[in-house]
Amino acid sequence: MRRIRIERAPAPLGLRLAIPLLAVGVTFALTAVLIVLAGARPLEGYYYFLIAPLASRVSALEVLVKSTPLLLTGAAVTVAFAAGYWNIGAEGQLYAGAIAGAWLGVVLHDWPPALAIPMMLLGGFAAGVLWALPPALLKVKLAVDEVVTTLLLNSVVLFLVSFLLNGPWRDPISGWPQSPEISSSAAFPKLIPRSRLHLGFLVAVVVIGVLWYAMSRTGVGLKLRATGLGFRASRFIGVDVNKTLLGAALVSGGIAGLAGVGEVAGIHFHLIDALSPGYGYTGIIAATLGGLNALGVGLAAVFIGLIETGSQNVSRALGVPAYLGDVVQATLLLVTLAAFILQNYRIRFSSDRSRDNPSSGELVEGEIP
Amino acid sequence: MLAVQLTGITKHFGDLVANDHIDFDVAPGEIHALLGENGAGKTTLMRILYGLYGADAGAVKVKGSPVQIESPRDAIQSGIGMVTQHFTLVSNLTVTENIILGHQTGPLIDLERAQQQVSEASQRYGLHVAPEAIVGHLSVGEQQRVEILKALFRQARILILDEPTAVLVPHEVEALFATLKRLREEGLAIIFISHKLNEVMAICDRITVLRTGRVVGTVQRSDTTQPELAKMMVGRETLGVRSSPASNVGSVLLELDDISARNEQNLLALKRVSLQIRAGEILGLAGVSGNGQSELAEVLFGTLAPSGGFVRIAGKDLTGAPPWVISRAGLGRIPEDRQSGLVGDLSVAENLALERLEDFVRAGRLDVGAMHRHAAELIDEFQIKAAPGDAVRTLSGGNMQKVILARSLSQAPSVVVASQPTRGLDVGATEYVRRRLIEQRDRGAAVLLVSEDLDEITALSDRIAVIYEGQIVATLLSGEATPEQLGLMMTGAWRAADAQD
Amino acid sequence: MEAFVVSLFAATFRVASPLLLGTLGELFAERAGILNLGIEGTMFFGAFVGFAVGSASGSLWLGVLAAVISGVLSGFLMGLLAVTLGVNQHVSGLGITLFLTGLSLFSYRLIFGEPKVPPSIQPFGQFSPFEGVPILGQLTEQYVLTYIAFALVPIVWWIMRRTAYGLQLRAVGENPEAVDAAGVSVAGMRYSALMFGGGLMGAAGAFLSLAQLGSFTYGIIAGRGWVCIALIIFAHWKPIRVLWGALLFGGVFALQLRLQTTGAQLPYETFLALPYLVTILALALAGRAAAAPASLLKPYRRE
Repeated sequence: MRRIRIERAPAPLGLRLAIPLLAVGVTFALTAVLIVLAGARPLEGYYYFLIAPLASRVSALEVLVKSTPLLLTGAAVTVAFAAGYWNIGAEGQLYAGAIAGAWLGVVLHDWPPALAIPMMLLGGFAAGVLWALPPALLKVKLAVDEVVTTLLLNSVVLFLVSFLLNGPWRDPISGWPQSPEISSSAAFPKLIPRSRLHLGFLVAVVVIGVLWYAMSRTGVGLKLRATGLGFRASRFIGVDVNKTLLGAALVSGGIAGLAGVGEVAGIHFHLIDALSPGYGYTGIIAATLGGLNALGVGLAAVFIGLIETGSQNVSRALGVPAYLGDVVQATLLLVTLAAFILQNYRIRFSSDRSRDNPSSGELVEGEIP
Repeated sequence: MLAVQLTGITKHFGDLVANDHIDFDVAPGEIHALLGENGAGKTTLMRILYGLYGADAGAVKVKGSPVQIESPRDAIQSGIGMVTQHFTLVSNLTVTENIILGHQTGPLIDLERAQQQVSEASQRYGLHVAPEAIVGHLSVGEQQRVEILKALFRQARILILDEPTAVLVPHEVEALFATLKRLREEGLAIIFISHKLNEVMAICDRITVLRTGRVVGTVQRSDTTQPELAKMMVGRETLGVRSSPASNVGSVLLELDDISARNEQNLLALKRVSLQIRAGEILGLAGVSGNGQSELAEVLFGTLAPSGGFVRIAGKDLTGAPPWVISRAGLGRIPEDRQSGLVGDLSVAENLALERLEDFVRAGRLDVGAMHRHAAELIDEFQIKAAPGDAVRTLSGGNMQKVILARSLSQAPSVVVASQPTRGLDVGATEYVRRRLIEQRDRGAAVLLVSEDLDEITALSDRIAVIYEGQIVATLLSGEATPEQLGLMMTGAWRAADAQD
Repeated sequence: MEAFVVSLFAATFRVASPLLLGTLGELFAERAGILNLGIEGTMFFGAFVGFAVGSASGSLWLGVLAAVISGVLSGFLMGLLAVTLGVNQHVSGLGITLFLTGLSLFSYRLIFGEPKVPPSIQPFGQFSPFEGVPILGQLTEQYVLTYIAFALVPIVWWIMRRTAYGLQLRAVGENPEAVDAAGVSVAGMRYSALMFGGGLMGAAGAFLSLAQLGSFTYGIIAGRGWVCIALIIFAHWKPIRVLWGALLFGGVFALQLRLQTTGAQLPYETFLALPYLVTILALALAGRAAAAPASLLKPYRRE
C-alpha cells in the first residue's frame, strides 16, 4: 500500500538555501492566478509589482518608508517568538506607542527637537511596554495563555483610539476624528529631503542591528533562545525563565510602540484610527519569513515593503486591486511555513516500511517553523 | 495449530540491527515469555507484530495463514491485542468509553448496553473495574485492567503484554497473574515481555531469550532454572559495576528535614520525608515508580517547591530555592528525563555553558570561543561522542546523559542527586555512569541515587532508604536486607520490626 | 422600561448568533487539539462569499451554502498546514486569516469595484412563530439563521456525547496516541473537525452579510473571530457554556448600542471594550486552563 510519510531528516545544505527562493517562486506562481483574473498578464503584473518600484529613486525610497514600521514590528515579534512568547499584540502595542506619540507631540511643543525627539521615542517605547505588561504578567504569574490576551488588547486599544479621536482629542479646528497636529519640534526629521523617508527608518535599522547583536552575541540572547527552544529544560538548567519571558514580552511591546511613534511623528503627524493597516500582523509575517533571525527579519521586512509599494503600483498601472499585496504576503507566509517544515523533514513515498525511526523524533518545545 | 508464528523477522534502524532473523511462535492456551535486558529487541519485535513498525524481512502467520500487518488496525483484525507500559487511555473519558473507542458498532453510542457488556466481561475475566469510572481517576493497576479489557473486547486471541508488572505493586501482580491464568484457560495465546526472571518462572510455560536482537534459545519453563536464564540473557557471569564499601564517610552534606510536597494533581506526593546523606557515601533510594521519588528529586532540583519542611545543603537552608541558586550551592543534578535537562536545539557547548553562563559573559558579551574550549575539555574528559557545535538532539541517549554528567559533575559538586541515571541506556553507557557516581563518592561528595532498578541500588549503595507512598519506610545499610525483603518494603508489605523474625 | 428590556433581549439573541456559530466551529477544532486562528479570516471570507453568491444568484440560501463551503475549504487548508505538515499553529492560523482577508477584499474589489454607494441586497427577514403575542412575539422575532444557531448547541452537545464521532473527537483532543492505537485516524478526525468547524465559521460570516447587514464591508467581522477564541476558554470547551458566553457578550454589545442612543454619559467605546476586558479578567481568575484539551497545539507524529 503506498502512503506518504513525513519523517524527520535534515535536508542537504543546498536545498536549505534554495528553500526561501523556492517559496517565493511558488508564491508568485500561485498569485499569478489573481493577476490573470484581474485581466492583466502575469509577467506584466509582476513587473509593476516588483521591478518598477525599484526603478525610480522616489519609488525606492517609498519602499523603505513602507518598510520602516515593518522592520520594527518584525523585530518586536522576533524577540517575543524567539523566547517562546506568542505576542500577537504588536498591533495594539503599536497603537499604544502612537497614542503616546500623539500626546507628547503636542505637550512638548516648546521643547527643542534635540530633547523632544528622544522623548517621543522613549514615550512610544514606554507606552508599548505598558500595553504589553498585563498579558505578560498574566502569563508569568497565572499561566494565562498570551495569544488570547494580546489579541483582545488589540481590539481594546482601537476602542481607546476611537474614544480619544471622537472625544477629547477631536481636532477642534477641522472636526475630523484626528488628533491635533504635533508640534514641528517633535516631528521626525526627514533623512532625505523632499522624500517621505524619516528618522524612524534609522531607528528601525539600529533596532535590527541591536537585536542581531543581542540575540547572537550576548548571554541574555542565549538565555532568551534557550527559553524559547526548551522552557522546562532551561528552567532546570538554571535560567530564570520567567524573568526572561517577561523581559522578552516587554521589550517586544516597546519596539512595537516605537513603530507607532514613527508613524505618528514621521508620516501622519496626527493620530488617526487608520494609522496601521495591520503592521502588527504583518510583522508576524516578516518575523516568520526571516526565520526569527534579526538579519532575516530585516530583509523580509524590506521585501514586504516592496510588495506593499508594488501593490499600489500595479493597481494604478493595470487596475489590479491593490489588495493583491495582502494576498501575496499571506501566501508567501503560508508557503514559507510549509517549506520550512519540508526542510526539516523528508516526504517519503513508501510502499516499503523503512520509514520507522524510534525515539529520535522528539518534538522540541516552542518549535517554530 | 499455532496461534501466531513469526519467522525470520529482521529490522534495522539505520545501522542498528534491532531484530536479527527472529523466529517466535505461541500456541493457543500458552503463556510464552519474551525475556531479555533493556534493548534486547523485545519491544521492537512486538511492535512489528502489532503493526507499529514494519519489518525489513520475515513473515507473520496467524492461525496458520500468512497475514500482512501494516497498522494496529490490521493487527486488531487479526486478533492481536497489545498492552504496553505506556497506556493508551483517554483520561477524561469513562472506562466504557475508552473500551469502545474506535470499535463502536454504529454511528450512535448505546451507553447502557456498552456498560453492561463491559460489566459482564469484567466479571468473566476477573478484571474488576467500574464501567462508569473516569479513567483519569483510576489507579495504575485498574487502568491496566481497562487496557486488557480493551484488547479482549476487540476479540483478541493473542495478547501481548509489555512489561506489565513494571508499574504494579505485588498484590496487583498476583491479581494480574490470576487473570492471565484465567485467560490461558480460555485458550488465549499470551506473550509476556519481561526482564524479571522470577515472574517469568512463576507464570510462563515457555520462554524465549533475546540478546542484542537475536534469539539465544527457547526453552520450556519446566526444563530450566533462573540462573540458566540469567546466563542466556546476559551472556556473562558478572553483573557489572559494583562498588566497594565506603571508607571515608564525613559530615552531613544533604539534609531533607520533614519535607512534604504536592504533585501536579495537587495530591500529597511526599509526606514529611527526612533523609541525611553524608560526604563520601552513596544513599540509594529504592522504590517502585510513582511513590514520590520523582517529586523528591524535583524538590532537590529546585523545580518543585515543597509545601513543608527544609532542604539544607552543607548546613545552608535552601528550601524552595530556584534551580540556579541550588546548582551554585554545589548540588550536581542528573534529572530523570534527559530531554528535560537539555535544550535539544542548542549545541553541546551552549548546553554545557548555560548552567554557569556568567563564566562566559563579559559586559554582556558572550565569549563563544571560551564556551567551545570549555566544551572540548569536557567532551574529552567524559568521552562524549560529539563536537561542541553539534545540536544536542542529534546525540544518542548515552551521549546526552554524558553531557548532563559533564555539566553537573565538572563543577566538583559537594552533593550529587542522580534520578534514574541509567534508564534507557545501553550496557556500556550504564556502566560508565555508575563508575562516575562511585568516583564522585570516592571524591568525597554525598551522592543520592534514586533508582527503580533494585539491582543498581544494591550494587552501588552504601546505605539504602526505601520510599513507599511518599514516606521513607526504612533506612538501612546495604546488605542488611535481601533484595526480596527490599522488594517487600517497596510495596509497603513489610515493617522493619518484622525483620527480627 | 419594559420595552427596552424586551428589545434588548431580542437584540441579544441576534447579536449572539454569529458568535455562537463561530465559537461552535472553533470548539470542534480545539476539542480535536487544533487552535484555529484562521477563524477571523474564515468568517470574513464566509461573509464575502455569502454576499457575492447571494447577490449574483439572487438566492440568499445559496449564498449561505456557498459560505459554508468556503469555510469547509478554509478548514481543509488549516488541516494541511497544522495536521499533515505540523506547522506552528499560531502562525499558520494567522496566515490563513491574513490570506482569506486579503483574498476577500481583492475579490470584492474585482467584482464590485469601488462604487460611491456600496452594493447591497435585501437581507433575510426575521419572523416569529408567536406573531402578535406580546413580549414573546417580540423576543422570538429572529432570523432563521439565529434559530439554527441556537438549535446547534444541543445538537453539538449530543454529537459530542452520544455519537461515535463525538467520542473519537473528545479522545483525539486528549490523547491522540490512544486514538491511533485504537485504529482511528488522528489526521482524519482533525481534518473533519476543522472542516466541519470551518463550515460553521463560514456560516457565521454569512449571517453578518446576509442577515444582519445585507452588504459586505471592510469592518464586517471587526474582531468577532477573536472574541470566539476567547469565548471557548470562557466556556471551558463545553458546548452548553458556549451558549451562555455568547449570550453574555451579545448582551453587552446590544446594551452598549442602546446606551449610545439614550445619550448616556459614558462613552460607548467603554461598553464595546467591556466584553474584552471581562474576558481577560475571567481568564485571570480561571488561572490555569486546566480544562483545555491536552493535545491542543501539539502536532501528532506516530513514533
